[in-house]
Amino acid sequence: MSATTVAAAPAEIVAIPAGRTRRGSVLAYLSRNPQLVIGLAMLLALLVVDPIGSRMIDVRRAEPLSELPRLAPSWELPLGTDDQGRNLLAVLVAGLPLTLKVGFLAGAIGLAIGIVLGFLAGYLGGPVDAVIRMAVDTLLTVPALLVLIIIAASIKGVISVATMALVIASLAWMYPTRTIRSQVLTMRERPYIYVARFNGMGEFQIIIREIAPNLLPYLAAAFVSSVSSAVLASVGLEALGLGPQSEPTVGMTIYWSLHFNALLRGMWWWWVPPIVVVVSLFVGLFLISSGLDEIANPRRRRRA
Amino acid sequence: MWAEYLSRRLLQFVIVLWGAATLNFIVPRLAPGNPLRERLVTAMQQPGPMQQGIEEMVRAYNVQFGLDQPIWIQYLKYMGAALRLDFGYSITQYPSKVLPMIMGAMPWTIGLLTVATLLSFVVGCLLGALVAWPHVPNFLKYVVGPMMALSAIPYYLLGLILVYLFGELIPLFPLSGGYSIGSQPELSLAFVLDVTHHALLPALSIVIAATGLWALSMRGMMITTEGEDYMTFAEAKGLRRWRIFLTYGVRNAILPVVTSLAIRLGHVVSGSVVVEIVFGYPGMGNLLFQAIAGSDYFLIYGIVFITVLALTLATLLIDFTYPLLDPRITYRRTH
Repeated sequence: MSATTVAAAPAEIVAIPAGRTRRGSVLAYLSRNPQLVIGLAMLLALLVVDPIGSRMIDVRRAEPLSELPRLAPSWELPLGTDDQGRNLLAVLVAGLPLTLKVGFLAGAIGLAIGIVLGFLAGYLGGPVDAVIRMAVDTLLTVPALLVLIIIAASIKGVISVATMALVIASLAWMYPTRTIRSQVLTMRERPYIYVARFNGMGEFQIIIREIAPNLLPYLAAAFVSSVSSAVLASVGLEALGLGPQSEPTVGMTIYWSLHFNALLRGMWWWWVPPIVVVVSLFVGLFLISSGLDEIANPRRRRRA
Repeated sequence: MWAEYLSRRLLQFVIVLWGAATLNFIVPRLAPGNPLRERLVTAMQQPGPMQQGIEEMVRAYNVQFGLDQPIWIQYLKYMGAALRLDFGYSITQYPSKVLPMIMGAMPWTIGLLTVATLLSFVVGCLLGALVAWPHVPNFLKYVVGPMMALSAIPYYLLGLILVYLFGELIPLFPLSGGYSIGSQPELSLAFVLDVTHHALLPALSIVIAATGLWALSMRGMMITTEGEDYMTFAEAKGLRRWRIFLTYGVRNAILPVVTSLAIRLGHVVSGSVVVEIVFGYPGMGNLLFQAIAGSDYFLIYGIVFITVLALTLATLLIDFTYPLLDPRITYRRTH
């Protein structure tokens, strides 16, 4: 299959007029990369839960004592209620955006730090590179969740969704830094960079106009994987009871269901929905990142 | 070259431990409010026989940490204590010291994790290599593909699903604890079987998720060996297929996967913490959960420090055995 793909692509570009080439080839590419499409669709479905759900249901019902407690799912209460009378559908609608917010915020901060440090290390080299590389290598051997537990346990009770994102971001920049550094290192030596430099382009312009566009797939992949590990960390901390106590985040819902032993009491409607949501979030992100990987590393296209 | 690598790696080891200990020292002092004082004050407000213990505890802490001394002396003393693995007393279970509590829980976790990690590593690498091998039946690819997607899911979610499956639907396994209530921890066949029986479900939830992870990285590496000259040469020599697969393909592809084992170990441990809680398994994760619930800060810091110590030590060992696996290693960093 790989041979036909490689042979077909240039022919297509030659045959189709310039205006249609790009869109046509993007669609053609997406049809060959179903992982990316399915992953994006799953993520989109989770993202629209908030705008659609909050119109259909009153999210204030996520507060305790808003319904009768311990009700099994019914027509009026599609996901039933928990021990403290929270409407679990409202909990899901209110909590999912919070979890996504933590993930995307921490992922974005981690990526931003990674971009700055990765460029500094890759471009300046020398002692700057050595220090950054040492820091990254050292921190990668540290189990992030445990360090986060110390921090979160010390500010338990006063932690909010935004602080949570900041705390997680403090240990979410190492992988992006490493990826970006190694890409900058290889790109710096490419012929087109030399051509740009001989044409009198400034270093800053080279970074913006030549390196950054080629780095995009890597940046996207790094972003997705840091969002995924941020969500992993946040749901993990919350399942340990270290999340924002009064916010109905998905992880806190799992914590409360564990805390009140919903599992062995047969209250499946309490813990199944958060699990379904978290699993589809992780699988969606995973599919996106392996789809992006295929764009970034053409070698992978030759896959089994 | 070897000496340089060794010293750099050891330096990294020391930095991690120093960093972990320093974090333990700084964070409580930066956090809003003083957790120890708050805890002691609330405990003191409760009437009952605890009074005596609290007074002793305050005195013990004042002596141990010298809380009236300048901060840098406190820091040096703290570091000295951390070097001796002395984390003081548990707040919730005074007068138990933190270290024996951790040591009691540690064998459970180490046993569970060693078995689960080795099993998932071997099975995962084998599956990943097979999927990238052109001569395997197609059905395998349809089995391993979804498994790789499972690797993105936190272990404890699988654990919850397993508890539900085997607790509600097919009650085959015990759902909680490390051994049956009433049985005595001893070295007999019956007890070992009992422990294994209890460990199966927690181990399974780690293995299922982690296998996909290893399969994923192994597949990636195996693909790069395909089409290499030595593979063609091995085929031209007329070697048997399984021999080419194992000693030519897997042998070369597995090396980077072993390095990633070192990096992912922390990930595995972090994930298993919550698995233990789901299954009420009597290891470090459960101890940590109880410590967090009871705001037992010294226990929390002790558990985190010991775990970081164990992990960095394990990582160091894996890194040092690496040259045994790969004779080409020169220990000069390339990009």
